[in-house]
Amino acid sequence: MTVEQIIFLFVAAVTLIAGISVVTSRNLIHSALWLILTLSGIAVFYVLLNAGFFAVIQVVIYIGAIAILFIFAAMLTRRVMQDTGPQSNSNWWLGAVVALLFFAGITLILINWQGFATQAPMLTNTSGQLSQLGLALVSPDKYVLPFELASVLLVAGMIGAIFVAGDKKQ
Amino acid sequence: MIPLSWYLIFAALLFCIGIYGVLVRKNAIAILMGIELMLNAVNVNLIAFWRYRDPAGVAGQAFAIIVFAVAAAEVAVGLALIISIYRRRNSVVADDINLLKW
Repeated sequence: MTVEQIIFLFVAAVTLIAGISVVTSRNLIHSALWLILTLSGIAVFYVLLNAGFFAVIQVVIYIGAIAILFIFAAMLTRRVMQDTGPQSNSNWWLGAVVALLFFAGITLILINWQGFATQAPMLTNTSGQLSQLGLALVSPDKYVLPFELASVLLVAGMIGAIFVAGDKKQ
Repeated sequence: MIPLSWYLIFAALLFCIGIYGVLVRKNAIAILMGIELMLNAVNVNLIAFWRYRDPAGVAGQAFAIIVFAVAAAEVAVGLALIISIYRRRNSVVADDINLLKW
């Protein structure tokens, strides 16, 4: 067991327990806080995968924006969904069966794939990695079209969210 | 060193937790949280495949950035819809929102 493996197993255990708490917690605010712990664990995985930029994005966008948005929404709609009573619907065992079947299917497919247990190749060019990604996102023969499409989607989503959530009476 | 299989199994587990949350939770905001878990599992897979299969290229990273943008847009619109429904019908329980059900 190397140090990396120990870190991986520890963070994976914490992340999965936090994930299970997100979907089973009775109190929605607690769910949102567990979600923040899950997202932080995934940021650690990005660091382990030599993708430090994505760890930063994960903290800024997911923890800084999306999780806070969840907490806002949970607080704005707090009165109706009291924290007592069942938070899951009556078919929860069916959902568990579907999730377990899905996991079994994914694992079965992965085990039969010959690249399943590959080790990471050595990184040759760590310093130019980020600038290479930045250039690829704006160069016309690479990913400029999906990148611009994502920006249009974000603007459309923002306008839509303002329009839908805005108070029409004022 | 960590083999690729560990990341893939972890991402599969997280994805299935997300599926369970989407299928089972009553509160619409909690359903969106399950979707976030699933999107994160997909992103871990994308970055892991980039690192283990094609570390010289940028395809996996570019794909992951698009997923980030889509997740942000999705959660903004989703929460706006939930808040709008809450204003009109005073409920965030997904079972109560059955106007289009036949």
